[in-house]
Amino acid sequence: MTVLQIAALAAVALSGGGVILARDPLRQTLVLGVFGVALTMLFFVFQAPDVALSEIVISTVGLPVMVLLALRKVSQQERERNEEKQ
Amino acid sequence: MSFLPFAIAAWLFLIGLYGIVSSQNLIRVILSLTVVQSATYVILLGVGYSRGGQAPIFADIPQVSKAVDPVVQVLVLTDVVIGATVTAMLLALAVQAHKRFGSLDPQELRALRD
Amino acid sequence: MSRRARLLMFGVAAAGLGVVLIIGLAGLPAFGDYQGVYGHVINGIGVSARHATDLVTALNFDFRAFDTLGEEFILFGSVLGVVLILRQLRGEQERPSLEEADEHTFAGASDALRVLALVLVPALIVLGVYIVVHGQITPGGGFQGGVILASGPLVLFLSGRYLRMRRLGPHTLVESADAVGAAGFALVGLSGLIFVGVFFKNFLPFGIPGHLLSAGQIPLASVAVGLEVTGAFLVAWSEFLDQAILIRSRPPEAEQ
Repeated sequence: MTVLQIAALAAVALSGGGVILARDPLRQTLVLGVFGVALTMLFFVFQAPDVALSEIVISTVGLPVMVLLALRKVSQQERERNEEKQ
Repeated sequence: MSFLPFAIAAWLFLIGLYGIVSSQNLIRVILSLTVVQSATYVILLGVGYSRGGQAPIFADIPQVSKAVDPVVQVLVLTDVVIGATVTAMLLALAVQAHKRFGSLDPQELRALRD
Repeated sequence: MSRRARLLMFGVAAAGLGVVLIIGLAGLPAFGDYQGVYGHVINGIGVSARHATDLVTALNFDFRAFDTLGEEFILFGSVLGVVLILRQLRGEQERPSLEEADEHTFAGASDALRVLALVLVPALIVLGVYIVVHGQITPGGGFQGGVILASGPLVLFLSGRYLRMRRLGPHTLVESADAVGAAGFALVGLSGLIFVGVFFKNFLPFGIPGHLLSAGQIPLASVAVGLEVTGAFLVAWSEFLDQAILIRSRPPEAEQ
């Protein structure tokens, strides 16, 4: 196993732990972006360029956009609900 | 040291499951599910790797070079893209659940169902 | 069950699962010691059998095209699910006037963001088309190129132009791209059945490996899947954007 592979695996393990241990979903989304980049490096070092291509676009752009929009919608609904209660 | 990729995959799987079990917010559950899915990607690519092998693209290396297994790469490749759309559907469900029941906490949602 | 009890039970179960996982994974051949047969066979004959130099795409759209058909329809189905789940419900309405919404949303869309979008969007679209079409030669193909192609309009959306674009009606365009892509891929398989008698058999001329129009039906299938993935992601993103920007609950006095 080359040094690069060990480093990529360590980065994946650490950022994976970071995704789970982050407090609120907003912070989790940002760490998910880092996790995606670490996974991309891992796939690249495992000689899988096709997989790395799809992973980098999905996890840095595709997924965080949807999570952030869902979070925005939820916080808007929270605000409307609080306004209705008053 | 040659067991490391599989150990990392098992670690990702287990903490992803911990994230699902211990979350109090549906969106955290969905993101932990993403981590569990990536454990399977690491296992698959780890199985297909062959020491000294190149990527299975023969555009610029001679045909007889040693290359890693392309079949597992096909599985992981489509899985990455489709996992993202399934996550999109789960997020849509979470948004509508919040609209209908006012809460994203799995415990509260279960109580409201009864 | 209280949270503490749940976590305790999970701890016990996870310990057991962890032991089983480690024992199971230790039974695999050591990392780097590949003992499969299929990989060696495909690597040996792939280029000469299909004249494609990227064997991952050749597997995806030719040797294992049947699996890709199933996965493509999972994609189609889940985007259909997103559209159905996020439809406008009875107690909701779109914002009364799009002009008023245009001023209040995306307050952070500065001119710098718009200039950056102007530079990025053509680059992303060209890169996406390049990767889709060159799938059989270099790393790429329908799935990767489709997502990159979809992020071009996404940059446009995010730079504050979503409402203007929506007024031009992009929904029908991306939805039909999605449907045409999905149907196109199935048609590629069916034409194998019609012309040569085997579903998804590669019947178009193979060409010279390394050229753009090589490997028979693989460029065609790649374009179909690229269209579908682009359409699917744009539909999903615009559904979420609609929810976040446009759809509001109807004020109570209007419901009578």
